[in-house]
Amino acid sequence: MSERHTDDFTGVETTGHEWDGIRELDNPLPRWWQWIFWACVVWSIGYWIVYPAWPLVSGYTKGMFGYSSRGEVAKEIAKAETGMEGQLEQIRQASLEQIRTNANLREFALAGGRSAFAVNCSQCHGSGAQGFKGYPNLNDDEWIWGGTIDAIAYTITHGIRNTEDEDARQSDMPAFGRDGILEKAQINDVAEYVLSMSGQSSDASAAARGKPLFTDNCAACHGENGGGSHEFGAPALNNDLWLYGGDKATIVETISKSRRGVMPAWGKHLDDATVKQLAIYVHSLGGGK
Amino acid sequence: MQNMGSMLDTAVDAPEVREYDVDAVNRKETRPPLYAPRKKIHPRRTHGFFRSFKWWVMALTLGVYYITPWLRWDRGPGAPDQAVLVDIPGRRFYFFFIEIWPQEFYYIAGLLIMAGLGLFLVTSVVGRAWCGYTCPQTVWTDLFIWVERLVEGDRAARIRLDKAPASASKAAKRLTKYVIWLLIAMGTGGAWVFYFADAPTLFTDLFTGQADTVAYATVGVLTFTTFSLGGLMREQVCTYMCPWPRIQAAMMDEESLTVTYRTDRGEPRKPFEKNADWDQRGDCIDCKACVVVCPMGIDIRDGQQLECITCALCIDACDDVMSKIGRPRGLIDYDSIANDERRRAGEETKLRLFRPRTLFYFGLWGLIGLGMLYVLLTRADLDINVIHDRNPLYTTLSDGSLRNGYTFKILNKAREQRTLMLHASGLHGIKLKVVGSEDMGDSPDPYFTVKPDRLQSFRLLVTVPPGTLKDDAADLRFVLKEINTGQTASYNSLFRGPGQ
Repeated sequence: MSERHTDDFTGVETTGHEWDGIRELDNPLPRWWQWIFWACVVWSIGYWIVYPAWPLVSGYTKGMFGYSSRGEVAKEIAKAETGMEGQLEQIRQASLEQIRTNANLREFALAGGRSAFAVNCSQCHGSGAQGFKGYPNLNDDEWIWGGTIDAIAYTITHGIRNTEDEDARQSDMPAFGRDGILEKAQINDVAEYVLSMSGQSSDASAAARGKPLFTDNCAACHGENGGGSHEFGAPALNNDLWLYGGDKATIVETISKSRRGVMPAWGKHLDDATVKQLAIYVHSLGGGK
Repeated sequence: MQNMGSMLDTAVDAPEVREYDVDAVNRKETRPPLYAPRKKIHPRRTHGFFRSFKWWVMALTLGVYYITPWLRWDRGPGAPDQAVLVDIPGRRFYFFFIEIWPQEFYYIAGLLIMAGLGLFLVTSVVGRAWCGYTCPQTVWTDLFIWVERLVEGDRAARIRLDKAPASASKAAKRLTKYVIWLLIAMGTGGAWVFYFADAPTLFTDLFTGQADTVAYATVGVLTFTTFSLGGLMREQVCTYMCPWPRIQAAMMDEESLTVTYRTDRGEPRKPFEKNADWDQRGDCIDCKACVVVCPMGIDIRDGQQLECITCALCIDACDDVMSKIGRPRGLIDYDSIANDERRRAGEETKLRLFRPRTLFYFGLWGLIGLGMLYVLLTRADLDINVIHDRNPLYTTLSDGSLRNGYTFKILNKAREQRTLMLHASGLHGIKLKVVGSEDMGDSPDPYFTVKPDRLQSFRLLVTVPPGTLKDDAADLRFVLKEINTGQTASYNSLFRGPGQ
């Protein structure tokens, strides 16, 4: 208990604290201040009755009008969805090309596609569709299964090498090493040839030995010059864009063990309008044909 | 036992028992109360220069407040014709010839800073002039006291009415007063909402029940606050609620003018006597005219006080008395602490308006004002914002060329459609492509058409040939040019790549 101190000038007791020689007078509060305190108490009781307030063992007090902030959000989302119905119907009716060339529909589809991409696709392809090892970058102009808007829509709808859709895009690169099709040395030579094809430094004599091996084993899908084929989902090998990596070790690994990327059939999970908006969005990223 | 209590803390005869000379800290009789009841103040009417000045200020401020939303200003078709309008759904602020977008909120910030510094300046020169003359709390309280006086009479009549037993006429007077207060309060709340929507439309909507719930709620809340703060709370707001009285001491100094009782002239105070020898006594006749007119319920003769809002009504009251008893006016007057000291030292009093503090406040205020004016006069009605994609930073294409993506925003603040041409410079062989405008072909400089009074967003892809970019980034400058007028807007951005 601090010493009682009375201010000489006002005759009012101070609180007993001192800051740099300044003391605080302990004047009484105005009475209405206390009323406001009680009014707040009464208000809070009303609040408990009207709104959800107290946590219980399981659940919580719901309040008189069944208000919940989650419910409010659900109402707003429902309202927004009703508001979009007109445009969504137009998207369902229109062809992809019609959507792409109609400014209003395109703007709507791009916005819808962007949000659908963030929810469903970004986990593998990245938030900017930049891709990761094994998951293609959708911004560039190399397409494994085709970069036209219809090809993109087909890939999204049916997916790749999945078991849920009969029409999924299918292809199977042999595991040349594991299945004993090529010897280790031969695989090395083919890898050197692939390096040379993509303009990287390579062992010229090994590449020369690899060339006929490539023609016999790889060219059927990847093309004589390594240009790739959308029909077989065979990536182009004559540029610097790589799905799994373009260094020699990775190329040897790919030839030896094969690669088999899988994508779900989004047509089974998303409605038609969403798939169309996704196709428009992915096509707009810059590499669309 | 007979010497018990004659010494402090002395041992009594009984061994190891002492007595103490203290008072119980919380003794009922001496314990200060925790809460103090409010004492009602009945300010008497005054006449004089400052009272008239306050009426004029009230007429001006209330006039501006109530009339402004009804002023019209033609901005052409499609635009609101209200001179001052805060269009929140449309995200525009209209002020006569000025139109501000949300992006230009710095104008409002600048105005608020100017208002703050202006308040500092005024306070350092003439004390709490804001509190005494122009604060809405003061203006509305003044108005409400005026109504009270009209209905219930002046100070003496009001005190009598307060003490009178309940009667029909007392109830009638009270009811009349409250109804008029309520109408004023509703008018105040009502005028506020007119700043946020077309006033004539909203006026009819309010009375036909068509207006938005928010409008009614706002009117309701402001009616309540005006009625309770201006009519019922009055001086309690200034003394207990408002932070400004606590802050202002920092802006005042010994040269600041403030409402002051001249102790040197007034004391010793004595009741008025005819044919008095004024050399032997002070000019103050202790008539307490200054006390009864005070809306804050203080005695200015006690010196500067926290409660004093410097409304100067005590000056009017005292001047009136001084002229009646034939003494010079100004016993209570605007004066400074420094002048008081100068008088005591026998020096000339003086008015020092130009002091480092006032010059500093004025200089700062003026600088910001000039800066705002410059920005306002050179405000362009065309602006661009370019945001480089964060992810991916760049894309390598199959032929080795590099591509960057940008979100490109054009702010067309004019009320007409405009055709614009975009040009980018900083690297060789730049190709621009606007997503969703294949029809433009491979034009190096794409055209845009932007709608009037709109912000339009585009996605822009910039591609450069292989080997063009030497480092991991290069400066890229976008220039947007209006075809007809040649007006330009530019933005400096970056082009990124993998580096070497």
